[in-house]
Amino acid sequence: MLLIHCPYCEEDRSELEFRWAGEAHVVRPENIAAISDEEFAEFFFLRNNEKGLTYERWRHIHGCGRFFNAARDTVSDRFLMAYKAGLPKQPVPVAEKFAAIAEEKSVETWEQTEGDAR
Amino acid sequence: MAEIALRTPVALGHHGSQNAMLSQAAPATRISLRVRSEDVSALSSALGVDLPVKPKTSTYANGRTALWLGPDEWLVIDEGESGLMTAAANSGALHSATDVSHRNTAIIVSGPGAAAAINAGCAQDLSLDVFPVGACSRTLLGKVEIVLLRTAEDAFRVEVWRSFSDYAFGLLAEGARDAAL
Repeated sequence: MLLIHCPYCEEDRSELEFRWAGEAHVVRPENIAAISDEEFAEFFFLRNNEKGLTYERWRHIHGCGRFFNAARDTVSDRFLMAYKAGLPKQPVPVAEKFAAIAEEKSVETWEQTEGDAR
Repeated sequence: MAEIALRTPVALGHHGSQNAMLSQAAPATRISLRVRSEDVSALSSALGVDLPVKPKTSTYANGRTALWLGPDEWLVIDEGESGLMTAAANSGALHSATDVSHRNTAIIVSGPGAAAAINAGCAQDLSLDVFPVGACSRTLLGKVEIVLLRTAEDAFRVEVWRSFSDYAFGLLAEGARDAAL
């Protein structure tokens, strides 16, 4: 079971209490009526789906009920940090980042083990 | 509204095990309260109980318990004469109060195995240094959401939605049986 840090409850809680809520820091255009269809599609439908470090919104739905942002490594599933909603994108501490990269290298991915055999 | 809350999860008598006893809490009036931080003191004096602002804490005064659920959300339980809604309405400050007396019911889990019985369906650390007397939290018990309040070192109050209380009671009874082993 993953433990996720809630910045409002100020402690680690079980993943069961949380709900994923999509990519973080997607900024709504200031005048949404003025943008083109392509720009709207970019804002509304398209997500980066990054491999590795990614910023996501999470909701502590069965706890304090608050949305917050978290930096997570999508390869190792490790949560690198969590911070309150409304704050700008926070830099991930360097030590955490290197630990995640080191772990990423040691994680068996599909490309490494199965990619060539296909 | 507490007097019309007739559906109860538990028949009268003893339930649970020798290490973890289960019983039904007395009828109580409850409000779900949302208040902005600048209005907390006004609501605290109107209700006669200080709304806690520290996560996972509760306060008790004048027969009323205020439980911190979120940064702007509290559950206030009154086991005596009610008047919670009137008191909140007379505060003069902007807030949202909803009477949830009939929505919730409560199960009291007590005995040396109380924490073990609850941990059968709840992942939170209930050791005394992390979850001391007076600590409270909204969390999960198996499939249902509960509000957990530690009323003594070996006693918990489990606030659960009334329609989920059969399930919660059944799960706690299983946990209580395991806690006696």
